[in-house]
Amino acid sequence: MPQEIKHHLTDALLMGYSAGTLPEAFNLVVASHVSLCDECRARLAEFDAVGGEIVAMSETAEMSADSLALTLAAISDAPAEEEQAAAPEITGTAVLPRPIREYVGGDVEAVKWRKIGGGVRQAILRTSKNATARLLYIPAGCAVPDHGHAGTELTLVLQGAFRDETDRFGAGDVEVANEDLDHQPVAEDGEDCICLAATDAPLKFNAMIPKLAQPFLRI
Amino acid sequence: QSGPKDRMAWVSHVEAIRDRKDQAAFAELFGYFAPRVKAFLMKSGASPDLAEECTQEVMATLWRKAHMFDPAKASVSTWIFTVARNRKIDILRKERRPEPEDLPWGPEAEPEQEEVMTLQQESKKLGKAIADLPDKQKDLILKAYYGELSHSEIAEQTGLPLGTIKSRIRLALDRLRRQMK
Ligand SMILES: [Zn+2]
Ligand SMILES: [Zn+2]
Repeated sequence: MPQEIKHHLTDALLMGYSAGTLPEAFNLVVASHVSLCDECRARLAEFDAVGGEIVAMSETAEMSADSLALTLAAISDAPAEEEQAAAPEITGTAVLPRPIREYVGGDVEAVKWRKIGGGVRQAILRTSKNATARLLYIPAGCAVPDHGHAGTELTLVLQGAFRDETDRFGAGDVEVANEDLDHQPVAEDGEDCICLAATDAPLKFNAMIPKLAQPFLRI
Repeated sequence: QSGPKDRMAWVSHVEAIRDRKDQAAFAELFGYFAPRVKAFLMKSGASPDLAEECTQEVMATLWRKAHMFDPAKASVSTWIFTVARNRKIDILRKERRPEPEDLPWGPEAEPEQEEVMTLQQESKKLGKAIADLPDKQKDLILKAYYGELSHSEIAEQTGLPLGTIKSRIRLALDRLRRQMK
């Protein structure tokens, strides 16, 4: 990371990711930020450790009488995996962290952008329906329409930077927005901004035009 | 209950499975963890039959991936939890689970015994800290992990404002962190 990450994931998001209770689109933002941020990687390990202790102290449910025999039979059918050599992948030049590349099928040049107005482009990634994940391409100096939120919106900056009413968000930073925030993210001059945004409810646009376009653009 | 010695014993069990395909070690691990994993999956919404099937798969995965376990980074129960959680997302929700990119410096050498001991002792402390939490806070954390209630649902059900729930979970975790030091 060329610059220090200032805006991190909340405990609630890390806990939800660890517990496996977040929608897939949110999991993608969490996995991508953790790929870029050692601090959140360490915090996530703590939440996984909490999960481990919860299983260890859990009540027990009786296993069926032949369960061990069945498991051993399944094991001998499919032998132990060979230790895999770590895939020698060059990631230094990639704009998208690997979790996103797996959804796109490549790095930025493989993204199928669609124009959504004002120079802004988006590409919706295929995740489960309870939340939506999209890549946003905001040319330097351009703005995403002014909007509020009915639910939670997570925005992870992958390239460039944007500013809104709350702060500046640079590469690796994640903004967690909810009902309380109305904002208009504007990409900084100098470099086009690419973000991964996930929402669990449609955005509420404050101007007329985006509202009309919303059903078509699925934003 | 499992003290640090027991935790180190679980670590050796996994190593015995990895190095010698030790079925007796596997049977012991199975005897302790399978009924707990099954209960965890049932609390998370799986039917008894599905939880049974899923638990067998989780335990078989442990056998197959024993070489992936790093006792300097996780306790055996943490490792089992993450495998069970991933299976839960796969089977119950039929979703992909995006995983973070591995750290760029590749696989590590055999961890120092000292590091392993420390991590295993810390995880015991964490377990005790969770067990000692006031019931209300413990209940909240358990519910969060079982996926019984999301943060917003907890707020609706209890009539508490969302911020209170969040700060309560944070409080519980801060307290856990303090006790871990
Ligand atoms: Zn972070
Ligand atoms: Zn927003």
